[in-house]
Amino acid sequence: MRLMHAALVGFLVLGLVACQKKQTRPDEQGAGATSPGGGVSTTGVDGSTTGQASDLTTAQQQALAALKTRSVIYFEYDSSEIRSEYLQVVTAHAAYLVKYPNARVRLEGHTDERGSREYNIGLGERRAQAVRRALQLQGATETQIATVSYGEERPAVAGGEEQALAQNRRVEIVHAQ
Amino acid sequence: MSISIKRAQRPAHWFCMLSLLGFAAPTQAQLRLDITKGTSDAVPIAVVPFGGQPEGGPADVASVVGSDLERSGRFAPMPRTDMVTRPVRGDQIRFEDWRLLKSDFLVVGQVQPGASGLAVRFELFNVATGQQLLAKELPTTEAGLRATAHRISDLVFERLTGVRGAFSTRLAYVEVEGAPPAQRYRLIVSDADGFNPHKVADSPEPLMSPSWSPDGQRLAYVSFEGKASAIYVQDLASGKRSRVSARAGINGAPAWSPDGRTLALTLSRGGNLDVYTLALASQTLTRVTSDDAIDTEPEWSRDGGSIYFTSDRAGSAQIYRVSPDEGARAERVTFTGSYNARPRVSPDGEELAMVTLDRGNYRIAVMNLKTRALRVLSSSNQDESPSYAPNGVTLIYGTQDGGRGALATVSSDGRSQQRLSADRGELREPAWSPFPAR
Repeated sequence: MRLMHAALVGFLVLGLVACQKKQTRPDEQGAGATSPGGGVSTTGVDGSTTGQASDLTTAQQQALAALKTRSVIYFEYDSSEIRSEYLQVVTAHAAYLVKYPNARVRLEGHTDERGSREYNIGLGERRAQAVRRALQLQGATETQIATVSYGEERPAVAGGEEQALAQNRRVEIVHAQ
Repeated sequence: MSISIKRAQRPAHWFCMLSLLGFAAPTQAQLRLDITKGTSDAVPIAVVPFGGQPEGGPADVASVVGSDLERSGRFAPMPRTDMVTRPVRGDQIRFEDWRLLKSDFLVVGQVQPGASGLAVRFELFNVATGQQLLAKELPTTEAGLRATAHRISDLVFERLTGVRGAFSTRLAYVEVEGAPPAQRYRLIVSDADGFNPHKVADSPEPLMSPSWSPDGQRLAYVSFEGKASAIYVQDLASGKRSRVSARAGINGAPAWSPDGRTLALTLSRGGNLDVYTLALASQTLTRVTSDDAIDTEPEWSRDGGSIYFTSDRAGSAQIYRVSPDEGARAERVTFTGSYNARPRVSPDGEELAMVTLDRGNYRIAVMNLKTRALRVLSSSNQDESPSYAPNGVTLIYGTQDGGRGALATVSSDGRSQQRLSADRGELREPAWSPFPAR
């Protein structure tokens, strides 16, 4: 009787675990849901990983906090080449991804406001892909990296002067945790 | 190459209830129109205040007609303060007065009770000959007076120019509020003169690239609401929408085929953008371009037989044309300058509007497809997103006004320009609707 009870509890626990896994699988199509009547909502693609924040070891949390101080790579006009001054940024993030295989990043590519908007989506994607390749060359795996391009749609700063434009030509490395 | 979708497009019709938004009171910014470049040869016309209604209100029919005609760049309406008499019927007109005032044409009319509530009766005259060119009575309601005024503008414009008026059309555009990085994005549909703005979608993530279906009843657009781009098609009357493409990577630049059955769009597989077509009913996806370059911003030719698009396959952005069939070879269309992007075909199919880099400035240009002659129409440095009025007389585009996004119109001959700016927020990506059904 006790044995059966234990088995039943174990079965239930397994079932719960299975359920949790299923629930946290990201939407395969990678886009959010829309709530009734409320405009657009923002159910994230990375919903699968946000729940892991509390699972991080202190060491990993510290490593992540250190990375966040340098997580933006800036580009020259109309270029997707990673300048040498940013190679160590890439190296630091790659090392983290290699050390913590559960870690996930999202590379957000951006351009300045010049030129056509949808074409700039392409340029932002090219920048995000350049950073992805650099991370993978240093050992990060494909499954750890997602990319998105916002083109000129989400500037970091407003304004059309060169300083503002330079701050907007960027890839932001966003860690899921 | 035809690709059937491997991953089942889970609920292909993925409706939600945005219908409430469709009828919400307009809380959007009101637009202000400034004429930034006029023509000296605009035809003088007098639109006399209509009888039976107070002057100066939002439903002042003569004022709406005058503004419409002025906005076309072809007419110069007489200021009311210059009018000596205010006839409301043809038999009250003393033509010699109007000849002295050097008005070539004259519109008079009145608002009166009618079977459906109200009726607007108007007449158009040639001042030199005294000939009546138009006389009509249009049934309307109090709420429909502005729409009726636009209809009168359409009729007057067509009678005097031979070209169908596009004043009863609508605009879709994106309005952005707030400072980076926290901005609010709204997709707005308004009348062609910027009045009656209604919110179609509202998101803290970017909304982009509105595109009208050929019947004018639906909008396709890009939304980043799921922190990744997806293409939606939204019915404007009901507010219902479906998500038609949310594939991994980029889903962008939707463009309706002339028959309304297929969307051209841009997808990225492995990080490279290519142009595809998506048959809406069958969800059949066909790859149109396959090049390592950025291929985007598709636009159908008027006969649906080819697709124009932007590509940097030769090093810089230029416009190409390709047959929408699998594996077709693309042919380069633009050769002038180092940057030509975002093609839009003129309603008569003879010209291509685009963004061109003109001596360091991004400007709107129009290219004759036969002669390949390119003429630059706009004069700022950050002009983009050209869209033709359905009669081809005017283009609307995105520009900057004091560092903020604004909309501007330019006549297709480049001679008159106007700017539409909001009292708050930024405006961008205007798309001019097709004609309403006659």
